[in-house]
Amino acid sequence: MNIVVAMKQIPDLQQIRIRNRQPLFDDVPLTLGTIDKNALEAAVVLKEADESIKVTVLSAGNEEVEDTVKEALAAGADEAFLVLDDALEGADSAAIAAVLAAAIKQMEDVDLILFGEGSGDNYSGQVGSRVAELLNMPQAGYVSAMEIKGGNAVVTRTLEDCDEVLEMTLPGVISVMAGLNEPRIPSVTQILKAGKKPKEVLELDEVDVDIKKLAFTETISNLAPESNRKKIVVKSVDELLQGLRSENLIGR
Amino acid sequence: MAGILIFSDKTNLALELLTAANSISSSSADIKAVTINNDEQVQALSEAGANVYRINAADLIMADVGAVAAALGQAAGELGSDIILLSSNRRGKEIAGRLAQVVGAGCLTDVNSLETDDGKITCKRNALAGATVANQYIKADKQVIAIVPKSFAPAEGGSGSINDLTVEVKPSALKLLEVKTKAGESVDIEAAEVIVAVGQGLNSKDDLVMVEELAKLLGGEVACSKPVATDKKWLSEDRVIGLSGKKCKPQLAIILGVSGQVQFTVGIRDAKTIVSINTDDNATMNSLSDYVLVTDLHEAVKAMNSAL
Ligand SMILES: Cc1cc2nc3c(=O)[nH]c(=O)nc-3n(C[C@H](O)[C@H](O)[C@H](O)COP(=O)(O)OP(=O)(O)OC[C@H]3O[C@@H](n4cnc5c(N)ncnc54)[C@H](O)[C@@H]3O)c2cc1C
Repeated sequence: MNIVVAMKQIPDLQQIRIRNRQPLFDDVPLTLGTIDKNALEAAVVLKEADESIKVTVLSAGNEEVEDTVKEALAAGADEAFLVLDDALEGADSAAIAAVLAAAIKQMEDVDLILFGEGSGDNYSGQVGSRVAELLNMPQAGYVSAMEIKGGNAVVTRTLEDCDEVLEMTLPGVISVMAGLNEPRIPSVTQILKAGKKPKEVLELDEVDVDIKKLAFTETISNLAPESNRKKIVVKSVDELLQGLRSENLIGR
Repeated sequence: MAGILIFSDKTNLALELLTAANSISSSSADIKAVTINNDEQVQALSEAGANVYRINAADLIMADVGAVAAALGQAAGELGSDIILLSSNRRGKEIAGRLAQVVGAGCLTDVNSLETDDGKITCKRNALAGATVANQYIKADKQVIAIVPKSFAPAEGGSGSINDLTVEVKPSALKLLEVKTKAGESVDIEAAEVIVAVGQGLNSKDDLVMVEELAKLLGGEVACSKPVATDKKWLSEDRVIGLSGKKCKPQLAIILGVSGQVQFTVGIRDAKTIVSINTDDNATMNSLSDYVLVTDLHEAVKAMNSAL
């Protein structure tokens, strides 16, 4: 059985600084999406229970992805399939989905495609759904538990007010919930071995997608919200309650 | 403005979408609401002034996002709607990408405000995990926009119409085996005027008792950071504030032992007044607060409870 885990390269969000409301990306290390790592971990857990499963990590992005993806190979993916072009950095979800779907079509017999419920940086949650449509596959999102039974996946989709238990005929697309599991931290040996795992690297024109035609959205601005909080440092609970009373916030 | 189609699986959210649609369109005749197997929603929407197009098809299940997107795509084509507004709850977000792909649209999800400007619909949404607010628009003719719950008030009053719509439904590759409704009383921290939120600075589950007492004294609700619910399981997930939880706009938020990472603060930054109580005078939460008290939260809560 072949499982593909789609992962997005993102800047390490903890290290982004804001200056004059502008996010600064200089020297911010690149990593893979947090929820994508949950998806990978879920695939690796399935593989550990069934030797015949092969896990391929799939990523579309700029040239640096080739290095960033080692993290996923160290954490248990068997191989990587990459589509690299600097124009893919920050490309529209529609373009990335088209590239991923085209790449999946070039792979052999993919049974299951895993995504995170949203990317770490944009969290728009479109790509998995778009890929499912492009490949004409069933999908289940916000999955908090999954099992493979024969040719089917039995999954739990966790919505705000209920859980749905679904049986999905494979091939299919699953997007996992954030925090579904605790992704493993690879050991030093695993990190060293990761560099030797097979990697297939394609250029954008090898997947035959015109991403310029799929640039649907435009960003006018992307700034940190202004915070003009008072930051009054009080010394005691009494002083705090006094302040809140004077503003009519308590004891109304 | 071109024709607008609205759809949500939840009636209250569909009513909010109707308000959102009205805010970007000058002609209510251009706004069409689609319902799927939901008579109660047909009623509510038409009584709120919507032109409702109801799809009743027993073999179309809401759990099959592909089938729902296909049905909505057919509806949009038939009704001539280039703009589709969905709710950005989990179901709506999952449908959004698929439907955008079906109709060849650009798509934005998690949108919390809409403005029309020179024929463009500009949308605000959180980006970089809430560190920034992006101002974006879709430049394609076809647009799918998913709107965060409670960004618009529910529509009410008006006289709409009810029409039938038939769609083709393909056999489903999904079988719904079971629906488990979440147990426990549901709380609506988004509606609370006062919030007392605890983070990992809280020592134990037992200490929640005094936090609950404080919330009660202030007439508010207890809320928490994500790890308090998902890792420690001291409170239910519907009390989580933040990116993957609720966005709250209380008059007063008392934040106890929360470090203030952006995934949390994005859910509370619209509060009128924020108090941070934290042992660390450098906690990020403090710089995003109106009142800062650097002390042990347990001592502070006890003192507040006896003073109030
Ligand atoms: C994709 C994604 C989505 C996320 N979504 C959310 C979300 O929706 N909501 C959310 O909350 N988090 C979310 N997180 C997690 C978030 O990044 C933080 O990890 C989390 O908010 C930290 O919670 P905390 O502040 O309670 O804990 P910590 O960061 O551990 O902070 C505890 C604080 O308590 C203080 N403290 C300790 N002891 C005391 C004491 N005795 N008295 C007073 N203060 C004390 C400490 O100084 C510290 O500031 C998300 C993360 C990811 C990756």
